[in-house]
Amino acid sequence: MAVFVLTDGLKKLIGTAEPPLLYKIEEGAIQRFARAVGDTNPTHNDVEFAAQSEFGRLKAPPSFIGWPVTSGFDMFQFVEKLIAAGAPRGNLDGSVEYEFKAPIGAGDMLVAVIKIANIEGKETRMGPTMVTTVETTYTNQRGQVALIARNQFLSF
Amino acid sequence: MAKQLYYEDVEVGSEITPLKKIATTRMLVQYAGASGDFNPLHYEEDFAKSLGVGKPIVHGLLKRAWLVNLMTDWIGEKGGLKKLSCRYRGMDYPRKMKTFDDPHDGETWLCKGKVTKKYVESEESLVECEIWVENGKGEKTTTGSALTALPSRAK
Repeated sequence: MAVFVLTDGLKKLIGTAEPPLLYKIEEGAIQRFARAVGDTNPTHNDVEFAAQSEFGRLKAPPSFIGWPVTSGFDMFQFVEKLIAAGAPRGNLDGSVEYEFKAPIGAGDMLVAVIKIANIEGKETRMGPTMVTTVETTYTNQRGQVALIARNQFLSF
Repeated sequence: MAKQLYYEDVEVGSEITPLKKIATTRMLVQYAGASGDFNPLHYEEDFAKSLGVGKPIVHGLLKRAWLVNLMTDWIGEKGGLKKLSCRYRGMDYPRKMKTFDDPHDGETWLCKGKVTKKYVESEESLVECEIWVENGKGEKTTTGSALTALPSRAK
């Protein structure tokens, strides 16, 4: 029984944000994602169908956005930063929570702000574990917050 | 496409239409490419071993996407998914695949859920659900909840 103890370097990372990331939502990327998760809904797959729909263009499945694991974000670099500050090397996703505030579709330009909301030491089935809560807010080109994602990942 | 679900159609305890999914290593590679999640944990045997999970595992985020798919299929075009959360409780391992047509030697996952609460708030007809992914043995390896707004026949 041992709880992971945070280094001062890790404590300093709490509340810090990554440089904002610009994320352009492309038609083909939505289709490839829908196919990869087996979502056959034409609103995510069929451009002509989507054009006739109320939304008017291809809509991204709500799962299209990760947490921020997503094209354009260097997850490995992010994890290396935590490791450099004293985090254990092993990583697994623990849980994720989303608030979907506005639909996201082809042509949207999102700005993602990725913040380390919390880091704490715990004991899990993987042994002494560091739990990092990352909160990512995605704002669209109209200035609306489209999505908030909170992920907890485990380092052990 | 499925017919539209209305607020009046569901009661506490109502079951969400289950959704069947499979995962092969090929599908995990496809998901990696489509999502940008290139963690070798999902395709590299030795890497997975070094993390103590035995062998490559299904992406938690893919199981999450299955649960989103479960909800959006059920609520239909006029329903809105407002919140979804899930926790990864157990590892899932992809099927071994010998031919394109017959991915076998492995599990079929079932995404399921039921209504836990329904209420009207700020003129929105809201339905809360408990949702989960079951492996081939019937164990819940991912569990979570979802909040949706459904259209009402009254409007």
